Amino acid sequence: MPRAGILVQNPYERLTREQVKTIHRASLEILRDPGLICFNDRAADIFAAAGADVSSVEKSDPPHWIVKIPERLVDEAIGSAPKTVTLGARNPDNALVMNGDESRVYFITGSETNIWLDADFQSYTKKSDPSVEIHVPEFIPRRGTVADLCMSAHISEHLDTLDGFIRNVNIQDKDITEENKDVNKLFASLNNTTKHVQAGLTSLSQLDNVMKMAEIIAGGEEALRQNPIISLICCLVKSPLQFVDDTTEAFMEICTRGIPVVVSSAPQAGSTAPIKEAGILAQINAEVLAGITLGQIVNRGTPILYGTVPAKTRIDTLSDSYGAVETSQYTIDCTQLARFYGIPNYSTSGVSDAKVPGQQSSIERLFSNITVTMSGPQFLHCAYGLLDCNSVFSPLQAVLDDAHFTMIKYFLRSPRIDDGEINEILTQIRTVLPTPHKLFISYIRKVMRSGLLSPLYPFEGDREHDTVFHMAHERMKELLAKPVGHIDREKTSRIFNEIPGLLPRLNIYGEGR
Amino acid sequence: MNDIIAQLRENVIQGRMTRDDEGIDDTLTGPGVVELTQMALDNKLPVKDIIADGLTAGMEIVGEKFNAREYYVPDMLASAEAVSEAMDILKPHLKAADLAMKGNFAIVTVKGDIHDIGKNIVAILLKGAGYEVFDLGIDVPTDKIIDYVRENKPDFLGLSALLTTTMLVMGEIIEALKSEGLRESVKVLIGGAAVSKEFAREIGADAYCADGFEAVRVLDSYQAS
Repeated sequence: MPRAGILVQNPYERLTREQVKTIHRASLEILRDPGLICFNDRAADIFAAAGADVSSVEKSDPPHWIVKIPERLVDEAIGSAPKTVTLGARNPDNALVMNGDESRVYFITGSETNIWLDADFQSYTKKSDPSVEIHVPEFIPRRGTVADLCMSAHISEHLDTLDGFIRNVNIQDKDITEENKDVNKLFASLNNTTKHVQAGLTSLSQLDNVMKMAEIIAGGEEALRQNPIISLICCLVKSPLQFVDDTTEAFMEICTRGIPVVVSSAPQAGSTAPIKEAGILAQINAEVLAGITLGQIVNRGTPILYGTVPAKTRIDTLSDSYGAVETSQYTIDCTQLARFYGIPNYSTSGVSDAKVPGQQSSIERLFSNITVTMSGPQFLHCAYGLLDCNSVFSPLQAVLDDAHFTMIKYFLRSPRIDDGEINEILTQIRTVLPTPHKLFISYIRKVMRSGLLSPLYPFEGDREHDTVFHMAHERMKELLAKPVGHIDREKTSRIFNEIPGLLPRLNIYGEGR
Repeated sequence: MNDIIAQLRENVIQGRMTRDDEGIDDTLTGPGVVELTQMALDNKLPVKDIIADGLTAGMEIVGEKFNAREYYVPDMLASAEAVSEAMDILKPHLKAADLAMKGNFAIVTVKGDIHDIGKNIVAILLKGAGYEVFDLGIDVPTDKIIDYVRENKPDFLGLSALLTTTMLVMGEIIEALKSEGLRESVKVLIGGAAVSKEFAREIGADAYCADGFEAVRVLDSYQAS
C-alpha cells in the first residue's frame, strides 16, 4: 500500500478554464517564437531530428543554437508522458503513487541548503516571577555536513506528515569533492530514511554509480524499475528559456535510464521572467514543456514530473521572495496547468524569507503551505525546515512544520455527511436533549480515539511565556533517539565494495573505517 | 469479587452508563452501570460492596488513567456521570446500609448569566464523587438562592459566572447570606472563567475552584478536616 498523502477534494483554482487555455497557447507561441536558446549540441541535434526548427547562432561562444519547437512535438510529449508516476521507497509502504488527474498531495522536504541552523537554548529567570525559567533559543548557523544530512534524513523518517525526502543539506565536508558528492549524499539519505529519496545530480560521471547503489538497495535492475527508490531532479532550462549544457546532458542520460525525473524551472517574476502573472506563467509553462518534450523524444514514456518553482523578485535585493503572496499565486496557477496536461506536478510551498524560526517564518510558510496544498499538487516540495529562501535548514523548524502539516491534513479531509452520519447524530441529539446537563461530551470519547479529531497543537505551553521552540527542540531530540531501519549489513558491504568514493565513516557497520 | 461488581467496575472504567452506551471502544457489551447496579441490588449484594468495589474502585482506576494522560476529561466525565446515575439508584438503600452521601452541594449560575457548561461539568463530577448535587439552574435571582439555602440547608453552595459583569453578583449573594444570618451554615465555592482566587478572597468566598476536578479536591479536603 502506498502512502496516503492527502486527497484534496475540489482543489482550489485561480484560473478559469479559458485562462488556462490562453496560457497554454501563449506558451506554444513562445516555443515557436522566439523558441529556446540551447547550449547543448546533442539536444539541438535531437530536437532537429524530431522536426524542430533548429538554427546555429553564428560565431557564438559558447556555441549555442536556437530551438523552435512546433506544437506537434509538444502534443506528442504530453501524450506519451505517463499520467501516473510511482516513486518507490526502501520500505514499499512508503511508496508514492501520483496520478496527474488526482489531486493527492504528498509532502516532501525542501531543497539543498548550504547552512545548517543549530539551536542552543539559554535559560533565563523571569523577572516578575523568579520561580519561572524561560528557555530562549540562540540560532547558530554553520556549513552543512554529511553528518547533518544523515541527521536530517533521520528526523524526516519520523515526521509523520512527511511523505518523502529530498536531500536538503549541501554536504560541504573537506573530503567531499564534485566526484564523490553524489554517492555520499544519496547513501547518507537512503541509509537514514526508508521513505522515497530525491536529489539533483552534481556530476554526470556519477550517474552509473548512483544507479548501481539504488539497484543494490532495491534488489536489482528490475526491482529498481518496479520500485524506484530514488528519483532525480533537473533544472535543465535556465530562465529565461535557455537549455543549460551540462544539466541538459545529465537530463537526457537520466531519461535513458527510465528513473523518474523532475523537469523543473524556477524563474523569478521581475528579473528572469516578466513580473506580470500572465508573463511568468506563459514562460515557466513553456520552459517545462520544452524539457518534457526533450525527455519524451529521448525516451518515450519516461516518468516525468512537471516541476514548477516560480517566485516573485524582492524589490529590495532582487533575490527570490518565496514568502510573497504572489509566489503562492504563481505556484497554484502552475498546479492548475499541470492538471490541464494530466502530468503529476512537482510544486513548492513553505519557503520563508525569514532567516530564523519565528513569527515571520510561521506566517509566511503557513500561508503558502495552506493555499498551495489546497490547489492539489501531487509532489509538494514543501520546504520542511527551510529558511532564508532556500539557503538555511533548521531541523527545529522542520519539526514545527510537521505540526503545521498535521493541521493542514486534518483541515483538508473530506467531509463525512451521509445518511449513516445523520442517523447517528439524530440519535445523539434525541438522547442528550432530555438529560439535565444537555452535554454531548460522552460521544467524544470514541471519536477522539478513532483519529477523526485533530490533535491539540503539540507545543502548547501553559504559562504566559512561549514554550513552542523549546518543546519542539525536545521533540526533535526524541525523534533522533528513535531508531531508523538502516540498509542491512550485506547490502552496505556490497555498496562500499563496489561503489567508489563513499566516505568510510558513513558505514555504520564499521567496515572499511 | 462478585462477578456483577467486577463487571460494574469495568463498565465504570469504560464510562458505559447503559447497555446502549458504546463506551470508549466497543470492547464491552451487555448491561452498563445502570443495569448492573440494579442487578446487584436485585441479587442482594451489599450496598457497601457495590459502592466500594464497583463504583469507587472503577473511578480510582479512571483517575489513574487520567493522571497518566491515557484518559481525557470526556472519559472522566462519562465515568462520573455513570456513577452518579448509579448513586441515584442506590440512594434509597444507603441509610439501611449505614452509609451516607458525602454532603449536599447546591450549584447555580447567578442572576444575569445563562452559561452552564462549566456548572454542569462540576455537577457531574461532584455527583460521581459521592456528593448529592442539587442544580438550581441558570440566571437565578439572589433572593431565590437565599431562600433555597434557608430552607434546604445545603453543606456547600457553588456559584458560577462566566462574565465580568455577572461575577459581581457573587459578592452580593455572600453579603445577602451574611445579612440573613446564613453565611456560617454553608461553605461558598465560586468558579467560572471570569473569577480567580484573588476575587474569591475579595468577596469572602470559602474557595475558588478552577475546574470540576479542583471542586472535588476542595470538597474532599473539607471531608478530611
